[in-house]
Amino acid sequence: MATVADPIPASPPAPRRAVVSGELNVRGLVAAHLWVAVAAFLVACALGVWQMWARSPIEAPAHTASNYFRSVTLHGVSMAFVLTTFFIMGFGYYVAETALKRRMPGLTYAWLAFWMGITGTLMAALSVISGNASVLYTFYPPLTATPWFYIGLVLVVVGSWIWCVLMIAAMRGWKADNPGRPVPLAMFATVANAVMWLWTTVGVAAELLFQVIPAAFGWNGMIDVGLSRTLFSWTLHAIVYFWLFPAYIAFYTMAPRAAGGRLYSDTMGRIAFVLFLLYSLPVGLHHLFMDPEHSNGFKFIQMFLTALVSVPTLLTVFTITASMEIAGRMRGGTGLLGWIGALPWGRPMVLATGLAFLMLFFGGGGGLINMSYGMNAMIHNTSWVTAHFHLIFGGTVVIMYFAIAYAMWPSITGRHFPSLKPLNLQLWLWFVGMMVMTLPWHYTGLQGQWRRVAAFDYSDPLIASWGPWVIVSLIGGIILMVSAVMFVANLALLHRRGIPGAPATIDYAEAVHPPTRVPSSLNGFGLWNILVALLMAGAYGYPIAQFFIDPPPQAVIHQLS
Amino acid sequence: MAINEKAILKSELRWGAVVGVIVAIILGAILFAALSMHINPPSNREYIDPKTLHLSSEFTEGNLGTRVDPNGRVVSRVITTQFEFVPNCITVPANRDVTLRFASPDVIHGILVTGTNVNTMVIPGYVAQVHTRFTKTGDLLMPCHEYCGLGHSQMVATVKVVPPEQFRTDPQGRAVCGNRR
Repeated sequence: MATVADPIPASPPAPRRAVVSGELNVRGLVAAHLWVAVAAFLVACALGVWQMWARSPIEAPAHTASNYFRSVTLHGVSMAFVLTTFFIMGFGYYVAETALKRRMPGLTYAWLAFWMGITGTLMAALSVISGNASVLYTFYPPLTATPWFYIGLVLVVVGSWIWCVLMIAAMRGWKADNPGRPVPLAMFATVANAVMWLWTTVGVAAELLFQVIPAAFGWNGMIDVGLSRTLFSWTLHAIVYFWLFPAYIAFYTMAPRAAGGRLYSDTMGRIAFVLFLLYSLPVGLHHLFMDPEHSNGFKFIQMFLTALVSVPTLLTVFTITASMEIAGRMRGGTGLLGWIGALPWGRPMVLATGLAFLMLFFGGGGGLINMSYGMNAMIHNTSWVTAHFHLIFGGTVVIMYFAIAYAMWPSITGRHFPSLKPLNLQLWLWFVGMMVMTLPWHYTGLQGQWRRVAAFDYSDPLIASWGPWVIVSLIGGIILMVSAVMFVANLALLHRRGIPGAPATIDYAEAVHPPTRVPSSLNGFGLWNILVALLMAGAYGYPIAQFFIDPPPQAVIHQLS
Repeated sequence: MAINEKAILKSELRWGAVVGVIVAIILGAILFAALSMHINPPSNREYIDPKTLHLSSEFTEGNLGTRVDPNGRVVSRVITTQFEFVPNCITVPANRDVTLRFASPDVIHGILVTGTNVNTMVIPGYVAQVHTRFTKTGDLLMPCHEYCGLGHSQMVATVKVVPPEQFRTDPQGRAVCGNRR
């Protein structure tokens, strides 16, 4: 049986930042961030459904190329930049207070960052709606939008940098008050994510500040497209791990508790998050496998590093499954697989974790194919890619965002949910909708269905054969929309109705063997920052330098308006 | 079930070894395909100035489309532009090595050929090159698969793969769609 953990040494007198029990200082801050994220999410879902309708053989209203690409840009920017950044910031503030049991420093700066984010979001959104920024969330210079679009996104990113600094400061403050003790895993992971985000945004910031925004203002007439794509690729893969961290934080620090068990290994959790920090960054070239500006050599190196970034996910699958097994057996489950049935599937965090793992199997498997170097040619820029990232991000990650929101909401509103059934139904609908939407896309992608199409010519026999599958995907999208509305309703209703008396915090999972000391390399990021710098120098050094050593011909800027 | 610390560590290390083997197998398969089957992504780093494509000796109008060069190589040259392929139909022989070369005078485009693994980005500043061998005859679609502006959806070309004996060229080595002889 589990050994009793060594008693934690007597804590020093409560530092001045200790949270008064019953108070959640960041309550308003978290609620504000989450509601912005949820609002952007809801709008983006509706746009997504309309897009699928437009691409299908069924006539859609307001169906023009201009509207379609405006929608795709807004959908992408909302889901990839607004939903994610605001959710992650809000969740980070929540963890900083509740996991550290300590007032978060710099609340004023946090609100400043929030308002910068709102301003930037509105600038970007209005630019897109006006039709002057249909460049999709991946930008694609030399296509050039109005500079206010890019400046808006820069504001959101700078706001998120303030968040990063606050997360690091919160951890540092806790460590100063608690010398020698391991940082609670949820906060260690949150700061790992913050450090990673600082590294991640360097690529897109350089691209925007030095290339795209000057071009958008008309100060350059030409642009080095290979360089801009390479800088963007620096950000493009690591950003998906920025999005993924909260889901994995929930896997390690919330799901085992929700299941009634313990986390199998706290140490493996720290190692997994460190591996993500190291290996999410030097792999962006795998988005450029089909590009002519890079040699096979560096594509191969970054493919190898991409294979390494699959390791922390595989480690996580084991550790979390083991944690769930502990819970299942403690609840009386027996046999090789019988413990699965014994788990409390009626609890949203447990249900979401199970459904997330199912989607991780398909989405992660698809990702292994995308990464496989030459094999990428089978699927690049086809619907397979769209299927992959909707399933792995929209599915695995976002379903955990729902579960995290449901876990936080009682402490945000002060009420318990009167019933968990609407929550579980919403999660099931999201899973079913996501599978129904994305599985046909994998198939049509292999048939050659290509991306970013406002209207298909269904008179062509090959394209016509895809029609029924496009309609199946559309039905999946409609199911997702219903689930999205339910999610918003579940959260909104708790502001008005519920069982009063919810605590101002949540209970994080404990490890089977709670650590009393961990090596400093698993309690901080000094060593890892050095390794990231070395890895990036090796993986991206020459691929970027080549554009300066041997500059290629530049392309002409194409202003959209 | 005993879950003491040593047992936990041992099980994690054992699983770590399994993960290592899985990753090694995947990498081995990729390395094998790359080295002995020559399956590599298209990585031909060759510069061309987008502003002067039609002044270059290679992408002048008379040289576009499929041409068999003097030493028997079949090469198809296509310009990708907003929002068409020039030419918008190429004909190629089945079961022979074919080289496809693309250039863009304006923005980023990309191509795939349905039913094959021909796939490449076309980046202004570079000649994109793919070597392939078409095995099935028929008319294939070659759409632009990268967003290039509002007309992107209409940008589709045709690749006619003909049996080798039906692949005919004119005295200058050119083969065009619609030749019937």
